[in-house]
Amino acid sequence: MSTAMLTYLFVGASFALYIGIAIWSRAGTTKEFYVAGGGVHPIANGMATAADWMSAASFISMAGIIAFLGYDGSVYLLGWTGGYVLLALLLAPYLRKFGQFTVPDFIGERYYSKAARIVAVICLIFISFTYVAGQMRGVGIVFSRFLEVDITTGVIVGMAVVFVYAVLGGMKGITYTQVAQYCVLIFAYMVPAIFISLLITGNPVPQLGLGATVADGSGLSVLAKLDKTLLDLGFSPYTEGSKATIDIFAITMALMVGTAGLPHVIVRFFTVPKVSDARVSAGYALIFIALLYTTAPAVAAFARLNFIETINNTAYSEAPGWFKNWEDIGLIGWVDKNEDGIIQYAAGAAFQGSPSYTGADGENGERVLTNAQTDSSNEVYADRDIFVLANPEIASLPGWVIALVAAGGLAAALSTAAGLLLVVSTSISHDLLKKTLMPGITDRQELFYARIAAAVAIGVAGYLGINPPGFVAQVVAFAFGLAAASLFPAILMGIFVKRMNKEGAIAGMLTGLLFTFAYIVFFKFVSPELNSSENWLFGISPEGIGSIGMVLNFLVAFSVSRMTSAPPAHVQDLVDDIRVPSGAGVAHQH
Amino acid sequence: MSGSGTNGTPDGDGPENSYHHEGGNLPTHGSHDDETLREDVVRLYWRANLKLLGGLLVIWFVVSFGFSILFVDALNQYAFFGFKLGFWWAQQGSIYVFVALIFVYVVQMKRIERRFGVDDD
Repeated sequence: MSTAMLTYLFVGASFALYIGIAIWSRAGTTKEFYVAGGGVHPIANGMATAADWMSAASFISMAGIIAFLGYDGSVYLLGWTGGYVLLALLLAPYLRKFGQFTVPDFIGERYYSKAARIVAVICLIFISFTYVAGQMRGVGIVFSRFLEVDITTGVIVGMAVVFVYAVLGGMKGITYTQVAQYCVLIFAYMVPAIFISLLITGNPVPQLGLGATVADGSGLSVLAKLDKTLLDLGFSPYTEGSKATIDIFAITMALMVGTAGLPHVIVRFFTVPKVSDARVSAGYALIFIALLYTTAPAVAAFARLNFIETINNTAYSEAPGWFKNWEDIGLIGWVDKNEDGIIQYAAGAAFQGSPSYTGADGENGERVLTNAQTDSSNEVYADRDIFVLANPEIASLPGWVIALVAAGGLAAALSTAAGLLLVVSTSISHDLLKKTLMPGITDRQELFYARIAAAVAIGVAGYLGINPPGFVAQVVAFAFGLAAASLFPAILMGIFVKRMNKEGAIAGMLTGLLFTFAYIVFFKFVSPELNSSENWLFGISPEGIGSIGMVLNFLVAFSVSRMTSAPPAHVQDLVDDIRVPSGAGVAHQH
Repeated sequence: MSGSGTNGTPDGDGPENSYHHEGGNLPTHGSHDDETLREDVVRLYWRANLKLLGGLLVIWFVVSFGFSILFVDALNQYAFFGFKLGFWWAQQGSIYVFVALIFVYVVQMKRIERRFGVDDD
């Protein structure tokens, strides 16, 4: 069977599975729709959390980013796993004991304030839509490359599948499809990684292969060879960073804390039966996540090595098929600067910006570019997003592995998109309508509004996927920075600082939010030409500024709460209650 | 570091102690009713929890921000199974420690909760 046929088969079979699960697990009540009835087994919830968390960014982009950044890419590995320690130790068990449906629920009740609830809803919607736009781009890339349909069709198919299981099944449907999606995506990630590790080092375990000796007789380890190859081409060594230590520190902190504060991850821990289940479930989630996250750096190093060896000093006419395939969809560009018909790869950008093609073919059959050339001798532009997807082709693996990767990438993107859309729809139907604007509605009406909100949210997400705003990549820093600067401190203080009152919490959230927002907007949109380390506050980039926003949030919250009155007795009793595990019912109506 | 606002005061609750102990300065020995007894148990439980949390978060901080970031250059002088040691902590080792930390917390918390009779079984 051809690779395209296999891809249709794998993707079709996985979609059929997700829809089958959705029909089997339809939600009948708001409790099933919001928290899957509160009866999910901790291991199943761990898998669902892993799929919920590992997005198109983790599956498709992360290894590619690490391949380019080397040591500096560690911020993503550390940040996106270390946050689970904070989640398991500081947030998840207490929020489970609190036992309601949403993150704004907790903030609204703990700070006895509709204003606090609304601030939390705004943060949540902003964070979630930023994130969803990235997922839909991932769906579009996979469809356009592997199924040879245009991005619009791909996004519509993806939306339709998410629509079926998110609108019908709510959290219940999403939970069980995410379990299936985790299995698909981890299998799809590990199989090519194991093959490539075997090919390059002879060791089947990628985590060990990364430190093993390359099987080419050179006697060098993978990382030593990569350092040497990159130095020869004028890059800095792979294992040494080029970012300032303070910036690495701040980015890692913002990503860790932001991860712990992401609403779509937090709500997963509302679905397990008991407080102790929330802790153990976070542990399982991190095991399932760590499987991919410890493999990714190996995939990154192998891919970089393979890419250089396959491409550099190869005649364009003899370049492998994948090079031209990715050039066709605009993620690779080649400009023959010295007109020798041979591809030269070196440090520095080949040309300015991302490729824009004239539509004509050049002398060697390459797509001619209109971009202004740079002085560097590098002739190749390669988008970082292609590395995981192209890796099986670069290593000449069989067609079924390539098909598997396509199904895995879609599983990663769809599972995260569904989780995000659910928290958006519940925060609208539950926090905005039921708790703020229309307190009189019945459970049935609330469920109806939740479904409408989910459908509308899917429509908006699809629109963002088909017409991606040019700034998607620019605003990813927003999601983590804002979660770190606003939601995380408010939740943490709500549990650990009984004296924290609504004045302190709201002032803290707004300070963190506005400071982080203003800093990112200033350097990314208002004055992008100033976006370099000499102009940054303490040398911290917009990606890491959420950690300063978090510190400001704490400082302002403590100062304001000292000057204002203590929270009322029933709120202090609530704090006492969530600190003690015994007596947690299932998530309840209120 | 996190939750630092609570660690400074002896019972982690700050000034609102008086709320729990209205009339608490009276000679209460022997007049502890069940409710204040339970409050004491809960306070001891919470203190044990904070102590455990503090210890685990120190390890969390040392492996990630210490070994992987602040001291990475120093550790890179040493080789470790084909890796530079600092690089290994940043891209592999820390993640394994994170997993271990959560499971240590799960097991230890279960023990603490049983000891104070506040577990959820």
